[in-house]
Amino acid sequence: MRKLAYRQALNEALAEELARDEDVFLMGEEVAEYNGAYKVSVGLLDKFGPKRVIDTPITEAGFAGIGIGAAMVGLKPVIEMMTFNFAVLALDQIMNTAAKMRYMSGGQLSCPIVIRGPGGAAGHLGAQHSQSLEQQYVHIPGLKVVMPSTPYDAKGLLKSAIRDPDPVVFIESELMYGWEGEVPEEEYLIPIGKADVKREGTDCTILTWSRMVHVALGAAETLAEQGISVEVVDLRSLRPLDKEAIRESVKKTNRAVVIEEAWGWASVGASVAEFVSRDLFDFLDAPVGRLHQREIPMPYAYNLEPLNLPNEQWVIDAVKRACYVD
Amino acid sequence: MAELITMLALSPTMDEGTLVEWLKKEGDSVSEGELIAEIETDKATMEMESFHDGVLLKLLAAKGDALPVGAPLAVIGQKNEDISDLLASLKSGTPAKAAAEPAPATVAAASPVTTPATPASPASAPASPEDGRMKVSPVARKMAVEAGLNLSSVSGSGPGGRIVMRDIEEAIARPATAKVSAAAIAAPADAAPTKLPLSQMRKTIARRLVEVWTTTPHFYVTAEFDMAKTMAQRKEINEGLAASGSGVKVSVNDMIIKASALALKAYPKVNVSFQGDHLVQYADVHIGIAVAVDDGLITPVIRNADLKSLSTIATEVRELAGRAREKRLKPNEYSGGTFSISNLGMFGIDEFSAIINPPEAAILACGAVQDIPVVVDGEVRVGTRMRVTLSCDHRAVDGAAGAGFLLELRKFLENPILMLI
Repeated sequence: MRKLAYRQALNEALAEELARDEDVFLMGEEVAEYNGAYKVSVGLLDKFGPKRVIDTPITEAGFAGIGIGAAMVGLKPVIEMMTFNFAVLALDQIMNTAAKMRYMSGGQLSCPIVIRGPGGAAGHLGAQHSQSLEQQYVHIPGLKVVMPSTPYDAKGLLKSAIRDPDPVVFIESELMYGWEGEVPEEEYLIPIGKADVKREGTDCTILTWSRMVHVALGAAETLAEQGISVEVVDLRSLRPLDKEAIRESVKKTNRAVVIEEAWGWASVGASVAEFVSRDLFDFLDAPVGRLHQREIPMPYAYNLEPLNLPNEQWVIDAVKRACYVD
Repeated sequence: MAELITMLALSPTMDEGTLVEWLKKEGDSVSEGELIAEIETDKATMEMESFHDGVLLKLLAAKGDALPVGAPLAVIGQKNEDISDLLASLKSGTPAKAAAEPAPATVAAASPVTTPATPASPASAPASPEDGRMKVSPVARKMAVEAGLNLSSVSGSGPGGRIVMRDIEEAIARPATAKVSAAAIAAPADAAPTKLPLSQMRKTIARRLVEVWTTTPHFYVTAEFDMAKTMAQRKEINEGLAASGSGVKVSVNDMIIKASALALKAYPKVNVSFQGDHLVQYADVHIGIAVAVDDGLITPVIRNADLKSLSTIATEVRELAGRAREKRLKPNEYSGGTFSISNLGMFGIDEFSAIINPPEAAILACGAVQDIPVVVDGEVRVGTRMRVTLSCDHRAVDGAAGAGFLLELRKFLENPILMLI
């Protein structure tokens, strides 16, 4: 099968949906003339013109609000945030308008919008530009939150997000834009709300998403050499959460470790671990393990950033603790 | 608006109930407070009353169904009301979950349960590495129960001695070979064993006793009492009662109840309960009496037994035991004990030891009163003796305290006249 970079897969999804439905448009900082800050929107201005691919001033709250208004009257906007660090400025629009219009209008209004852009640590960008802020959105009823880990998932999920009748927060990974993976030529969709087992195993379940899936897979490889069989479940969709997939895996392995790139206190990982501890109590052989970045702002120094984030060795140690090995 | 009637928690430890009988049928009018069904709980058969006025539109459970607390039993509403939506939503399983919230126990004529503030089981006490408590992972505990494995026979390989899955797997695998060869010799090839379903009571006994046995460190003190005076006095009392035409008859067990209650009052160190981070010292003496019933046992409680006369105790025991056998005890009649007595004397048992009934800290197991040769002043004579064994929770009661209680009990049973003072 052909291989595409994560950003190319996203570009294909946007191009296919722009072509498929003339209500779809892309708007954000540098998405048109500059072809995107991370080159996700390469070629889209040429192909679809300035009415479908629109550059905005640096006003996140403003263009998020314009997008939400457009969605409420029938268009299907895709709003690019240059990164989710900047989307905090638009949080009021997203939380108080997009997430609540269907509910507060008694179903008369809907808001079929996608808010997308990169999140997470990105290598030497400092405390303000390296944050994993998915918790802010996963916390809010009325939003769906998707965080794909591969080019294949990114394309299929972005197409589903654009077609979804409700607001979807679609968080990409800044570090993974250039990572390649298999993507078929023919069209496909991946439903929101479905997890994916990225590696099957029998001794311990790792529950994770986005870039941490790859850290988990690397650790699983090393652990396999030591005789420990790890199942890596990529949650992909954090709201709604695929509880059935979690149940199925943990009932098989009796152990779980939850890994996230974000801070750990009051986080998505905390809620996933709470769900496993409560719902699967009788199936657990060990306390649910958790890994997350340290409770500090991201250090700017090259040598300190990697020490702040979960890595393969952390995962290996956590899985061994859960398996009572060493 | 039609309402769902769900299985209620009719006893403190009930998590499942069996529908014994509908007292109403579909189409019957029911008013609030009226009895609609009989439910067999883990302890007794209870009558369930309606919370609503209306017509029983649909019965969702049949006689003999065993259903978890919160499961739908029936729909009540207005005559000819359309309940298809409600029934459809039941199929999809949504409201049953909401109904699984703990429901208030409403039993016809039941007074509030006066259980001392205690956790449901010793297993729910908080764990800390220093408290010497057995640590077991949830799945290991479940596997042990399913395999009928006594956890105290398993050693834990996890941190702090926690028993984990692999320890149970090893323990199950170990005796397998021995089992197979024994079975090969003993079992006739074609006599198929009968599989008997567990009653609610049997399930609760199985679950609770595994909990108690695996989490409570028992020790035992045994003593032999001279029962000659007690037997003589009992004869006298019963002759007197018969002559007065009262119809009450005092048993040896009634006298042991009274003597134990007075001994506990005089020696309160055993009238306690271990509560994880503290001990409860009871001021009152409430004595549970183990009564064998059809498919198990239950311990009705004689409250303030130290303050009651022998004839009152005799009357109460007979009445409670009778209703226990008919499964008609109310929850407040079998809970709240501070000490228990189990007596197998009537079966000619010499002595035995009993498992503690938590949250109590001790239980007295009594054998038969027997005439046996005894040595008195260097001569062999015929003596009247009874052997008793006190099981104590070592977290709350030490050996000397157990012995101290038996010393006190000996005083009353060997000089029963003291019970009158």
